[in-house]
Amino acid sequence: MADFEPRIIAFLCHWCTYTGADLAGTTRQQYPPNIRIVHLMCSGSVDTIYVLKALMDGADGVLIGGCHPGDCHYQTGNYKARRRVAILKGILKEMGFSDERIWLRWISASEGKLFADTVTRMVDELRKMGPNPMRQLWDA
Amino acid sequence: MAKQAVLEITDGKMEEALRGLLKRLLEKKVVDAILIPKAAPPGNSYVQSLIRDPEKLSGTSVLAPTMPVQSARVVSHLTFKGLGQKVLAVLKPCEVRAVVELVKFLQVKQENLYLMSVDCPGTFEVLDYAKMSEEAVGGEGLERVLREGMENGEVNPPAGYHFRTACQMCEYPVVEADIYLKLFGYKADEKIGIEVGDRLHGEIEEKGILSFSAEEPAKRSEVVNKVIAARTKKRDEAFAEFKEVTKDLRSFLDRFSTCVRCHNCMVACPICYCKECVFRTSVFEHEGDQFLRWADRKGAIRMPTDTLMFHLIRLSHMVTSCIGCGLCESACPSRLPVATLFRSVGEKVQKMFQYVPGRKVDEAPPVATFREDELKLESGAL
Repeated sequence: MADFEPRIIAFLCHWCTYTGADLAGTTRQQYPPNIRIVHLMCSGSVDTIYVLKALMDGADGVLIGGCHPGDCHYQTGNYKARRRVAILKGILKEMGFSDERIWLRWISASEGKLFADTVTRMVDELRKMGPNPMRQLWDA
Repeated sequence: MAKQAVLEITDGKMEEALRGLLKRLLEKKVVDAILIPKAAPPGNSYVQSLIRDPEKLSGTSVLAPTMPVQSARVVSHLTFKGLGQKVLAVLKPCEVRAVVELVKFLQVKQENLYLMSVDCPGTFEVLDYAKMSEEAVGGEGLERVLREGMENGEVNPPAGYHFRTACQMCEYPVVEADIYLKLFGYKADEKIGIEVGDRLHGEIEEKGILSFSAEEPAKRSEVVNKVIAARTKKRDEAFAEFKEVTKDLRSFLDRFSTCVRCHNCMVACPICYCKECVFRTSVFEHEGDQFLRWADRKGAIRMPTDTLMFHLIRLSHMVTSCIGCGLCESACPSRLPVATLFRSVGEKVQKMFQYVPGRKVDEAPPVATFREDELKLESGAL
């Protein structure tokens, strides 16, 4: 387990969290390289299908990043994302799968440090949790 | 305010009395057509029929004991592009609740659509009912047995048969409709209670079809509560038992290993209405080399790879609106407990939003709305 490196798929909104991630880079914030970013226009366009697909294909965690409540570029996308994530987490919890592998976080374009800290923290937590058990479900 | 009336039954023939009422509704143009289950010619099943000619009402049954399709789907087909004339759809309570959900998703248009429903004793699987007719325990005899049970709230199926699993644990045997027929607590061979809502009672009274002055028998609410309590108990037992299956995804997959991926549960579901279903698109198609890479990494992988995906995505699409009709389970060739799955997960998720699917058309479904000040735990905190 010592050499377990969690893999995180991140769905980041264009206006806040993706720009925040950019800022983390330009200001040379250090954070672990365990994250693969999918750039979307809005957290509201994250279909839960893709969160499930990422987990099922072996991601250890999924991070969804959007604008702070009230700051959505499209007014309400982040509120809709919040509902969808809550429903998905509710379902997974009922099915005996830890919903702690899915993180929804509000990180604005100016919060490069918060982005770096979030990723660092998430990698630590996932390292403690170990590999995603969904990976084994494919085994024949 | 809804108004109450009573329909007298002669010679114990309830369906006959109701056919008389439906006939008057058609003849006096209260409605232009009636959608109602009608006995299929060999007499071993029922099929939803759209009736305009009052003479064609013979063989129709308000209390049809089996439901081959979820009529909410039929109502959706009928009303989707708008109805030019008035149609009365005779539905079971779970079908009314599915229609309410479909109204919210813009799949049913309410204009010119009127709903009639009836206290539900439960229904039988299609094949069970066909067998019952062969053994001559179906038809009018069965209807009488059910009604007699409903008088006191102790409904028992004929020996050797049982109600559909979903019906056994359905805590909504009573709903609201434009015309609602009450059997629980009414003297089985004498009376049917009729409650008519605001959209119709004026016209019905004016045209002399019913007169409204009746009151419910005192014991009705007690009988209804007894039925609901028994079914709720059954439901909780089923949920508790099912916990074992959903304790982790591995147990779930093991229990569902006989899933044949026919997607029947999806086809039968009234809530799954997408014209282009994601499972019929190429979203999850991969190149052969991709599968080979996965297999290479693990030594061997299950093919196809989508059983768990299918059920989880279906859950995430319809579970907040699942009204628990259980037609998914009736449609499953492997007899998997899909209805219990959707209901048990659904109950938890619906509770998160204090949402009761199928209750009122003006309550927005959880997936279609949000509140700014909710779900605080998710926001911002690291």
